[in-house]
Amino acid sequence: MAEIKLEHVTKRFPDGAEAVKDANLDIGDGEFVILVGPSGCGKSTTLNMIAGLEDITEGDLFIDGERANEKAPKDRDIAMVFQNYALYPHMSVRDNMAFSLKLAKVDPETINRKVEEAARILDLTQHLDRKPAHLSGGQRQRVAMGRVIVRDPKAFLMDEPLSNLDAKLRVQMRTEVSRLQKQLGTTTIYVTHDQVEAMTLGDRVAVMSGGVIQQVGPPQELYERPRNLFVAGFIGSPSMNFLPATIEGSRLHTPLGELELPDDKRRRLEERSSVPRQVIMGIRPEDFEDAAMVGDKAERGTITRAKVDVLESLGSDKYAYFTVQGERATAAQLEEVARDVGVDEVSGTHEGIQVTARLDAASKAAEDQEIEVWFDLGKVHVFDPDSGENLTL
Amino acid sequence: MSQAEVAAEAPVAEPRRRRVLSERARAERKLGWLLCFPAALVMVAVTAYPIGYAVYLSLERYDLRFPANTAFVGLANYWTVLKSVDLWWRAFGVTTLITVVSVGVEFVLGMAVALVMYRTLYGRGLIRTSVLIPYGIVTVAAAFSWQYAWTPGIGYLANLLPSGTAPLTGTWSAIGIIILAEVWKTTPFMSLLLLAGLSLVPDGLLDAAKVDGANAWQRFTRVTLPIMKPAILVALLFRTLDAFRIFDNIFILTHGAANTRSVSILDYDQLFTAFNLGVGNAMSVLIVIAVALIAFIYIKAFGTAAPGQEVRR
Amino acid sequence: MALQTTGRQRWGWIGADLLIIVIVAVPLWWLISLSFKDPSTITNGSFWPTKWTLDNYRGIFSTSLFTRALINSIGIGLISTFISVVLASFAAYAIARLEFPGKRVLIGASLLIAMFPPISLVTPLFNLWRIIGLFDTWPGLIIPYITFSLPLSIYTLSAFFREIPWELERAAQIDGATPWQAFTRVIIPLAMPGVVTTAVLAFLYAWNDFVFAISLTSTNNSRTVPAALAFFTGASQFEQPTGSIAAAAVIITIPIIILVMIFQRRIVAGLTAGAVKG
Ligand SMILES: Nc1ncnc2c1ncn2[C@@H]1O[C@H](COP(=O)(O)OP(=O)(O)O)[C@@H](O)[C@H]1O
Ligand SMILES: [Mg+2]
Repeated sequence: MAEIKLEHVTKRFPDGAEAVKDANLDIGDGEFVILVGPSGCGKSTTLNMIAGLEDITEGDLFIDGERANEKAPKDRDIAMVFQNYALYPHMSVRDNMAFSLKLAKVDPETINRKVEEAARILDLTQHLDRKPAHLSGGQRQRVAMGRVIVRDPKAFLMDEPLSNLDAKLRVQMRTEVSRLQKQLGTTTIYVTHDQVEAMTLGDRVAVMSGGVIQQVGPPQELYERPRNLFVAGFIGSPSMNFLPATIEGSRLHTPLGELELPDDKRRRLEERSSVPRQVIMGIRPEDFEDAAMVGDKAERGTITRAKVDVLESLGSDKYAYFTVQGERATAAQLEEVARDVGVDEVSGTHEGIQVTARLDAASKAAEDQEIEVWFDLGKVHVFDPDSGENLTL
Repeated sequence: MSQAEVAAEAPVAEPRRRRVLSERARAERKLGWLLCFPAALVMVAVTAYPIGYAVYLSLERYDLRFPANTAFVGLANYWTVLKSVDLWWRAFGVTTLITVVSVGVEFVLGMAVALVMYRTLYGRGLIRTSVLIPYGIVTVAAAFSWQYAWTPGIGYLANLLPSGTAPLTGTWSAIGIIILAEVWKTTPFMSLLLLAGLSLVPDGLLDAAKVDGANAWQRFTRVTLPIMKPAILVALLFRTLDAFRIFDNIFILTHGAANTRSVSILDYDQLFTAFNLGVGNAMSVLIVIAVALIAFIYIKAFGTAAPGQEVRR
Repeated sequence: MALQTTGRQRWGWIGADLLIIVIVAVPLWWLISLSFKDPSTITNGSFWPTKWTLDNYRGIFSTSLFTRALINSIGIGLISTFISVVLASFAAYAIARLEFPGKRVLIGASLLIAMFPPISLVTPLFNLWRIIGLFDTWPGLIIPYITFSLPLSIYTLSAFFREIPWELERAAQIDGATPWQAFTRVIIPLAMPGVVTTAVLAFLYAWNDFVFAISLTSTNNSRTVPAALAFFTGASQFEQPTGSIAAAAVIITIPIIILVMIFQRRIVAGLTAGAVKG
């Protein structure tokens, strides 16, 4: 088991494309770190550089404190699960799992013991002598896991290991991966483009976009204290609502009304040397509530009236979509999020800005009816539209 | 390398490090060379060196019967060859004729066979096997079959002709038979390359053309042929070069009698009947030049669809 | 296939199939027919033997001229095939998968050799082989056969190698394999169909060659069957060797028909892979 450290790592492909830019990441021994970001943002490239499958153009990689930039993959003692599993089609499940041990000249008895044990853990015992072609998707995925765990390597690298499974199996395997990692305590870097997977699995999550690591932190921190518009928009489902706003003194002019920011946020803004007048306000759907059901936290927030366009009831809660007046907020980072998530709207054609609010299941809200919605002022974020930076952190 | 060393060395090593290939890249490079070396060595040793040697010999007067008489004569051998209308230019004309006619006929037949193979629903294996047999059969064996077929008194084909005619002894009839043998043997190769091109044409495209009102012939000439163009060029180029070096069929069918010598047969005879190494090598070099010219013309004439492309990733 | 076929068209295609089969079969049958004809009937010109005999076969197998040539053909063919496939699989792997300077030169060089007229090498090689003692030996033929089968072998194999998922090699590297181990333990087993196809094509080339076989040999030492056929004489001086030649031609065609029947699909794939996919 090992610590892995990336220092100012940059990857430039021969065609000039810069896939990873100045990445810094410090992964502790036994930690489970998720690399998440939209497709093409450089996650696989980062992982491949750690594995030794791609050269590092600039910067340093340390494994267990030792510089590993030039080491061959086989000398890094790192195991990897590939997106398409990369099982050897001409070998049985047993031989697939044993291959690395055979290459390392482990004695046959030990190999056998380790393979049998991994097969038992992964429920593959009765499939050991089959070829991968005769296995289901889920079983193949488990063989790929098995190949990794028999080795007891310094670290596991997993590149979207669950993305080829159907939704149900994916959730099931997610728990399995999490359980295995805890049980073995091996340092793990797990790549995914699915933010739900990222939030549920990791000790820490690194959000990437356009080759740049945007923010690294525990899931809760990314959710509560996103450093910029990209992270704010990418993490959380449904996405955070973004609205254009103007700062006037201590107040915030927004399509949801005039807001008085809580003291701590106001102080953060005041502490900054310069704050643009035009900003973007962000508020998560979860931080709304039907004004009738708020209860005793009512004074932390404010109330606005809106006509519900669409109401979705999920049983546990309800999602209300309504429109407010104004121009939609624009920023480069928001476009990046939109490109990945797809525009998260029920019907995108009407004028104004669509806002999503999660309401209590008991809410009396109904489509085409006006209701009073409350939202938590303490959860409002203010972003700089140019740099995307969160000004209220 | 320990971390301390790296740290101590870092300021000095920094600019250099960027150029240092990782162990993996260096291993890849080394392995690439190592793996290619044997094949490259054999190919160079067996072609480049002898052809250089041929150029050298072609500049000498070198007759195996009079080895003592060997001397450097410059381009004299080439001059001898190029002014011999009866030998070299006649052989060149025969070779060109055989090449043009057989490649032309093969293209038409090959396209027909490719279409048949493409459309065959039953017994594909049987058709494939039948087509591959001429491709695989030893040219000499097939040539003997044709020779006997056209030999008066033996052959079923010669017997169809008026008695007293010996088709293999007349120049034109012999060339005709040589072309027949060549076409029978190599049409399959052409048709396989064309078949590969045919399978690149998406079915949907043909259906769309049909909906647009194109008849079968229009679909073939307006849709199929243009899409197949690269495959056609590769097929034509390879077959042209191959036909130009025709040897086996002529050797067996006429052995160059009745003025049916190709340049390859002529070259061979220079060595093994005239024992004239100098002139023979001059011919060898001229044949290489002719082949290079053919390839060059194809590639120039058809520009982007050069066969070099096929190997590009 | 999406195109509709009417009943009449279908018979048309079947007719075309039959025509192809007949055109291929007639010259073959003629050889077979000749080989079974009794010497007394060999000049009767009939398409079917009127008097069947095995004498022609007995005759050729009783002379060392043919049996030696057959052994030479088989031995030289197998050895050159083996070496060609081994060398080609190294080079093809490097071309398909590795980045190294000089790769394009190698591709260009093998394309040139595929176009090279063998006759031009005959004179220099004839002289060279006599000087270094390779004239009329097995290696004297094996070496040019390897050379001229290499380009097609390299193309065919690299097309097959390219179809193997890249990730498998990465997985092998991660599993601790050196590039060499990844090649021998993962790639080669997976490319086996391609290797077999390539071997068949290389063997056909060596089996078929005539130019080198008559130029670089002079005795039974290394003369292969195609060359030996050109030196056949009848059982007696006054007899034409027609029956013997026909029988020998049939014998050397049998392995080809067997190979073609077994590997037809793969040969087609292999021949076309170089031309189209590349
Ligand atoms: N071999 C390569 N050559 C050039 N560009 C590449 C190569 N591999 C990946 N890229 C580019 O690098 C970027 C990051 O790719 P990747 O790391 O695979 O993204 P992700 O795994 O996050 O989807 C992409 O824009 C991709 O097009
Ligand atoms: Mg990826």
